[in-house]
Amino acid sequence: MSITLNEICFRTLHQHEPWTLATYEQADGYQALKRILANKTPSQEIVEQLKVSSLRGRGGAGFPTGLKWSFISPSTPAPKYVVCNADEGEPGTFKDRDILRFNPHQLIEGMIIACYVVGATDAYIYIRGEFYEPIARVAAALEEAKAAGYLGENILGSGVTCRIHFHVGAGAYICGEETALLESLEGKQGKPRFKPPFPANFGLYGRPTTINNVETFASVPVILMKGGNWFLDLGKPNNGGYKVFSVSGHVNKPGNYEIPLGTPFSELLELAGGVWKGRKLKAVIPGGSSAPVIPGHMMMDLTMDYDCIAKAGSMLGSGAVIVMDDSTCMVKVLARNAEFYHDESCGQCTPCREGTGWVARVADRIEHGEGTERDLALMTQVAMAMVGRTICVLADSIALPVVSFMKYYREEFEYHVKHKRCP
Amino acid sequence: MSSQEKLSILSQAARAEIDHWLTKYPPEQKRSALLPALHIVQDENGGWLSPELIEGVAHYLGIPPVAAYEVATFYSMYDLQPVGRNKVKVCTSISCMLRGADELLAYMESHLGIKAGETTPDGRITLKKAECLAACGGAPAVMINRNYHENITPEKANELLDDLE
Ligand SMILES: Cc1cc2nc3c(=O)[nH]c(=O)nc-3n(C[C@H](O)[C@H](O)[C@H](O)COP(=O)(O)O)c2cc1C
Ligand code: SF4
Ligand code: FES
Repeated sequence: MSITLNEICFRTLHQHEPWTLATYEQADGYQALKRILANKTPSQEIVEQLKVSSLRGRGGAGFPTGLKWSFISPSTPAPKYVVCNADEGEPGTFKDRDILRFNPHQLIEGMIIACYVVGATDAYIYIRGEFYEPIARVAAALEEAKAAGYLGENILGSGVTCRIHFHVGAGAYICGEETALLESLEGKQGKPRFKPPFPANFGLYGRPTTINNVETFASVPVILMKGGNWFLDLGKPNNGGYKVFSVSGHVNKPGNYEIPLGTPFSELLELAGGVWKGRKLKAVIPGGSSAPVIPGHMMMDLTMDYDCIAKAGSMLGSGAVIVMDDSTCMVKVLARNAEFYHDESCGQCTPCREGTGWVARVADRIEHGEGTERDLALMTQVAMAMVGRTICVLADSIALPVVSFMKYYREEFEYHVKHKRCP
Repeated sequence: MSSQEKLSILSQAARAEIDHWLTKYPPEQKRSALLPALHIVQDENGGWLSPELIEGVAHYLGIPPVAAYEVATFYSMYDLQPVGRNKVKVCTSISCMLRGADELLAYMESHLGIKAGETTPDGRITLKKAECLAACGGAPAVMINRNYHENITPEKANELLDDLE
């Protein structure tokens, strides 16, 4: 096995102070932007390359980026905005933090190109409030880029204006949902909006807005430098390129691994040093805490890409791979995730507000040996009643995992009910 | 309180900093600076927001006080009660739980003699549970004031806690 790691967002990670402009420029940083500005490349051509690359949104939903960028064009009336979602908070996910800390310029270059494509003059990076260190890196990088003429008015003498501002959150997972993020950026509670209208029509301040994840933006400059086909061929059809996988839990070497989409899970597990303490693999949550769980033996036959993981009944999501060894209590895992979604529900929709509470309480009861037979049925019922009936998919983010835990680990839940403890 | 009093509760320095944030947003969207402004004022006030300060911020941004209250109560980083000189947050979400976060939190609770959510009697430390800090690769992760600390064992926790003034 020989996977070349770190070809895209982490391509400068091994360099001295990779976050500086000097390091980034030495690695051909800002070359894609310079070429676009010099050639006055039409927006459609850039969108076309992104479509060819089959880059899909790295924030969780996997929406095709080229298609998203085609919704707003330079002829769409201003004002319009580009927004970066740097609110990373899905348990298991820790990739954007490292891109912000170690390669902020590549994010900035990607956002300038996005502004050019849609014809926006102002963009915002919404960074979660706890990220003091990443915020400082981004702030410094923005200053460097401004001083070098990449940002501001008439950038690089092109006549194009592009200003990027950073904004800070204040601790609320739900603000990662794109419309809640926009509300929060407007100085309000982070409560998701009804959709449609989508941000492309009604976004920040009610204006057309393109919003993407940190990793998505940061992938763009390399794609445009080396071509959409190059990126596509790194991965597999419909799942182009490299993707950062955040591996956490019971492995010897937790961390971020940027590898080709379509890499077998077994190879990723090996990169992460295998299961710790010489134990066996029990289960994997392959795409952040909102993704349904997959038993270890099934996982060993899967490849890490959107389509393969979806076919197996889960989702690739943000690429957060949570590994559990054979000592893990699955009831406790579900109970902990349920507690998270209950705490983080914004409370607007009754099925979510009440449902997450029910699931959290019932799972907690079962974990602590106070559950009944009826609770087992109740949990699935409550979960199913939440799906598809809410303003955003936070409710589904616990409902679908409940169904998967009950499907694969039902005996463990039953054992807890019967014997009031772990098997 | 008069308008003047409401404004003067914000220090010169805080106002200057808020003014800097205001340059980022369209002039008619001053409310966008609300989250940053609350951070600034909270930091200056020893880590918590009093009702007067929240109203002062609302007044400064020209928005109804209720709009600022709503926001101050919605986000977990704002504290609406006095806190200790240091805020220690222990992540107990899934990836940290899998690597001993519950045991770590229990250890810290007994070391400090307080429960999560409480402040030591000497006002030195407020201990809290946190939800995923996006540092799951370094689980269990702890945030102390503005800094992240990863792969925290009870021994390391000891050192970190004892170093706090
Ligand atoms: C509850 C919830 C939380 C989310 N959290 C994040 C997040 O932290 N970061 C992120 O980029 N996307 C998050 N998303 C996805 C965003 O809504 C949105 O799809 C994404 O920012 C689009 O960018 P992309 O197409 O580049 O992935 C979340 C979605 C939901 C429903
Ligand atoms: S589903 Fe939950 S989090 Fe999403 S809008 Fe409704 S109540 Fe809020
Ligand atoms: S689960 Fe603790 S930092 Fe993510």
